[in-house]
Amino acid sequence: MTRVVALTGNQAAAEAMRQIRPEVCAAYPITPSTQVMETFAQFVADGRVDTELIPVESEHSAMSACVGAAAAGARVMTATSSQGLALMHEVLYVASGLRLPVVMAVATRALSAPINIHGDHSDAMGSRDAGWIQLYAEDAQEVYDTLLQAVRIAEHPQVLLPVMVCFDGFTTSHTIERLVILEDAEARAFVGEYQPAHPLLDLKRPVTYGPLVLPDYYTEIKRQQREAMDHAPGVIREVGKAFGERFGRFYGLLEAFHLQDAEVALLLMGSAAGTVKGVVEGLRQEGIKAGVLRLRAFRPIPAREVAAALAPLKAVAVLDRADSVGSPGGPLFTDLRAALGELPVRPRMVDYVYGLGGRDLLPEDVRRVYSRLVRLAAGEGEDEAVCQYLTVREAPRPLSPVGGA
Amino acid sequence: MSEGAKRGWRDLPAGALILEAGNAERYFTGDWRTQRPVIDLQKCTHCMLCWFFCPDSAIRVSQAKVEGVDLDHCKGCGICAAVCPVKIRAISMVEETQALRAGKDRE
Repeated sequence: MTRVVALTGNQAAAEAMRQIRPEVCAAYPITPSTQVMETFAQFVADGRVDTELIPVESEHSAMSACVGAAAAGARVMTATSSQGLALMHEVLYVASGLRLPVVMAVATRALSAPINIHGDHSDAMGSRDAGWIQLYAEDAQEVYDTLLQAVRIAEHPQVLLPVMVCFDGFTTSHTIERLVILEDAEARAFVGEYQPAHPLLDLKRPVTYGPLVLPDYYTEIKRQQREAMDHAPGVIREVGKAFGERFGRFYGLLEAFHLQDAEVALLLMGSAAGTVKGVVEGLRQEGIKAGVLRLRAFRPIPAREVAAALAPLKAVAVLDRADSVGSPGGPLFTDLRAALGELPVRPRMVDYVYGLGGRDLLPEDVRRVYSRLVRLAAGEGEDEAVCQYLTVREAPRPLSPVGGA
Repeated sequence: MSEGAKRGWRDLPAGALILEAGNAERYFTGDWRTQRPVIDLQKCTHCMLCWFFCPDSAIRVSQAKVEGVDLDHCKGCGICAAVCPVKIRAISMVEETQALRAGKDRE
């Protein structure tokens, strides 16, 4: 019997972790992900899960302990955000380079300076080249479902890569939503047992982890990582399908909304997709052929699938919830523009940076983007910049009694 | 390292793991050396301090007696000479060029 409950995204993540029952969790608290480990620590204290919980003195130590435990042969999970993820940075590469299937919940948040505790994707984007799979959830249900899937994806013998399950700080991490929680036994059966291939603690088959690898072998080891990541799209799809067949909620690399006959579309990741879908429903009633493509996987980037989905469109806009200053656009834009670069005929493509440091994306902001796309689709020329800030004050704005930007 | 062809990326263990224990013996680190320890076996009391401290397990021992140095693996760090008891001083570090010139490639 499944349970219908009201939980925050963080609590949903902790609930998934309780059911997954990792052997080791090492974590250090940081806003907005703190509640994940706080809730999970309560489960441990109450004897509801028998995980070895290691409270460490920093995120660098948290990921280091995760790496050690995973090399020893344990199933390992943790959670973090923002500066915590930044502090883990060098150890992230160790986890992926040693091919350790660690799973981490990341409640995404802005990076300092200026200091800000609210949601955007700057933290996770800083780790995009760390060799981790990155999946972005839209809501609490998807956080829960994706964490269960992430363990199977990470531990798949053809993948063996760590996975981050990213969800928007506060918007998803702290909003209480109604979601379905599986029976413990069902969830555990879906996740399955972990059979590490080369546990360091197997004294009968001793192995060395982390030897010095010089120019004569380093390239070959990196080439293996690319191969593993190339296997990931198939495995993400396969696990998402298996989840759907069992529990009714299907997942893939992408989520298309009203894209079939669309002429214009927005591409984005995370919680803002809800707002955009709402706007699209309105635009459809006005006869505008608008659609949405939400990426669930950012690493690996589903380049071929995105290109196939967008080829028939006339104009598309990427919404980037992080900037990559000095680059032609945000990180999602530059990747997707490269993905579309192979197409003989391409839709016109623009980029908007939005939602930095927790700034709301309002329906009128989204409508403004679709209006421009409609003009571009009609072949209208313009002298606007390809990459722009969407939710930015260009001029003084009078204070409003209800706040807002 | 030098035996046979180097394997391609498909045939190497994932994550650069070494799945076979004890193969450091096949990696000769002796050619990194610029100085070598020379043990005066007349003075040596076989206290085993050098054997205990040697980071490369390069002190050759048999039947609880020091026999010499494994020059295939000794990197010439000098720890053995430094830990050899002051009153004994059985180990001295000799410049590698000098040792080679003297034709003493093996003790």
